[in-house]
Amino acid sequence: MENQQDFQYTRQISQQYPQDKRFLLAILQDIQKEYNYLPRESLYMVQEYMDIPLAKLYSMATFYKALSLKPKGRYIIKVCDGTACHIRASQTLTDEISKILKIAPGQTTSDGRFSLETVNCLGSCAAAPVIVVNDRFYGKVTPSMVKTIIDEYGGIYS
Amino acid sequence: MEIYRAHVLVCKGTGCVASGSEPIMEAFQKELEKKGLSKEVKVVQTGCLGLCELGPNVLIYPEGSYYCTVKTEDVPEIVEEHLLKGRIVERLLYKERDTKERFRSLMDIDFYKRQKRIALRHCGLINPEIIEEYIANDGYRALGKALTEMTPQGVIDEIKKSGLRGRGGGGFPTGVKWQFAADAQGDIKYVVCNADEGDPGAFMDRSILEGDPHTVLEAMAIAGYAIGASEGYIYVRAEYPIAVKRLEIAIEQARNHGLLGKNILGTEFSFDIFIRLGSGAFVCGEETALLASVEGRRGEPRPRPPFPANKGLWDKPTIINNVETYANIPEIILQGADWFSNIGSEKSKGTKVFAVGGKINHTGLVEIPMGTTLKEVIYDIGGGIPNNKKFKAVQTGGPSGGCLPASLLDMPIEYDTLIQAGSMMGSGGMIVVDEDTCMVDIAKFFLTFTQEESCGKCPPCRIGTKRMLEILERITNGEGREGDIELLENLAKSIKASALCGLGQTAPNPVLSTLRYFRDEYEAHIKDKKCPAGGCQALIHYEVVADKCKGCGMCVKVCPTQAISGERRKPHEIDLDKCIKCNSCYDRCPFGAIVKL
Repeated sequence: MENQQDFQYTRQISQQYPQDKRFLLAILQDIQKEYNYLPRESLYMVQEYMDIPLAKLYSMATFYKALSLKPKGRYIIKVCDGTACHIRASQTLTDEISKILKIAPGQTTSDGRFSLETVNCLGSCAAAPVIVVNDRFYGKVTPSMVKTIIDEYGGIYS
Repeated sequence: MEIYRAHVLVCKGTGCVASGSEPIMEAFQKELEKKGLSKEVKVVQTGCLGLCELGPNVLIYPEGSYYCTVKTEDVPEIVEEHLLKGRIVERLLYKERDTKERFRSLMDIDFYKRQKRIALRHCGLINPEIIEEYIANDGYRALGKALTEMTPQGVIDEIKKSGLRGRGGGGFPTGVKWQFAADAQGDIKYVVCNADEGDPGAFMDRSILEGDPHTVLEAMAIAGYAIGASEGYIYVRAEYPIAVKRLEIAIEQARNHGLLGKNILGTEFSFDIFIRLGSGAFVCGEETALLASVEGRRGEPRPRPPFPANKGLWDKPTIINNVETYANIPEIILQGADWFSNIGSEKSKGTKVFAVGGKINHTGLVEIPMGTTLKEVIYDIGGGIPNNKKFKAVQTGGPSGGCLPASLLDMPIEYDTLIQAGSMMGSGGMIVVDEDTCMVDIAKFFLTFTQEESCGKCPPCRIGTKRMLEILERITNGEGREGDIELLENLAKSIKASALCGLGQTAPNPVLSTLRYFRDEYEAHIKDKKCPAGGCQALIHYEVVADKCKGCGMCVKVCPTQAISGERRKPHEIDLDKCIKCNSCYDRCPFGAIVKL
């Protein structure tokens, strides 16, 4: 999938940090940011560089929600499910998006364009319910607005 | 230095950025340029003003005029009328909900008038990205005073005397914590700031970091001086990009000004601060889990004692305080412990910031003296419940807290009264719910949260909360059984007694408090298979009341699944097979013709 040069970048990321376990989380965060997930090849490189078992990296990757072992979509739709959004019916937004994209929360569409996630409070409770697509916030969203928002990102290909 | 005759303050907190304050700030700059006023009027970006509901917010000084819900189209008018001709644009001023009176100045508004801002003292007033603005407002003067006029023990004594208690949830006396770390043996000690604000519905720490990052840095340096530490770490949620960016800028500026680094202010004291990013794990707000994560490991808690004050980061003595706790420190040092302990109530000193949200008119941040009643916060400051609905409960303390009913509205807000009532102060989320919210569903919501965020290390939390959640799920699905309530209570008691950390020990609180005050709702779900509030989807369906329906078609427009049909001006019908129970039609119908059964 990725070419050789891509993984060169993993090496660069790792080598910015000393070979000290305390920087492990920071290295994984940087890799996640670059590739949008933690590619297996990158984990092998970190394993070698830090001289720790792969199982340890796996345990970190599965513990922290922001780290992912699977590639995420180009557009990540996050539905806030904090308390304020919940009581203003955020669940119906998740249901509506699921129905349109035909994926459950935590999944990515087969064309790799959209991922759907529910997230903990984003702190924009005044605009509840809130959804975020990549870095763009949408406040006071209603189920009937969902399709228009998805269309802004090209909609679904039928 | 340049002198300006007026300042335009544009809120750039997350709330207002989400409602579009960035283009507004650009529009002001452009418009002022066009009118040749850019040398006379300065545009300043600030942190959160508090009234996020009405964003984007703009304040214009010297008058203190408060314009809300400003749109880019309004900017030329404000510049032309207010800044050029000196006439306040009345139509954009904040309007009081009841009296419809428009106020010319921020401090006349009920929402602000009743607040007492200590932790939020600079938020919304200074540009958080310019250190000089902080210094001009007494910034780093407390650090100077501590380093030159006070001994480390003197600082600790002052904090102890002030009565300040932790604002992150536990409410442990801050001065006592510092004393433990100061007394602990060791050459290397650490100061840590817990900015992993994870409670759903709480955003005060984020607003302080975004609006006044230097106050946290200054307080951490004071703490470092008090306990003899030379390094500090701020553990901040990665979900708060604006806060992270402003912290980075602030640390850089403080280093350049000699306020962090070696020999601060020419004294022997050296101290530096580093940022560590969280990675989406709620349990990392627990102090021992947070330390594990700073060390680059899985963020799992460990048993205490030993407490971090003795064995913390890399096993060295460490103090961990929350953002809001730190934000109080410089003012206590400057104005003295007596000044601080005169604010608040007998047992809870000072103020507390709350993020008020949910079914309330003024969602936003408020800082009130301890001892203020729930009613004052919800009605006088928060403006009451929208759409003439009835108040049902207020949830404080997030997933560790509980729900308090209307009968407790006159209760003063203090650490101990809240705990006695079955809730807690927590980090300061305050969510108001009205008659349409099902209390069993709220309990299920919080338990789903803690269940998901349980790190899995100890069985009571990992397995116990899962079993409780399963019971709540069957109750809300209409499959509740006789004896479920007792089973919930039993499990809750065991989990509280045996879980490893604060997350597990407090996880049953939302269930216990709703059982205490809203037991009849649980019983209605179990015995009658009904959800009295109409919140549990499995137990309700929607119908059109033919007499009331005017056939206006509003419901048809908002229905996302085309489940409603009917001829114009004739009663409509809902196809229950297509209906996803999203409640949109119920909310939209102007005649109350749609009912939940």
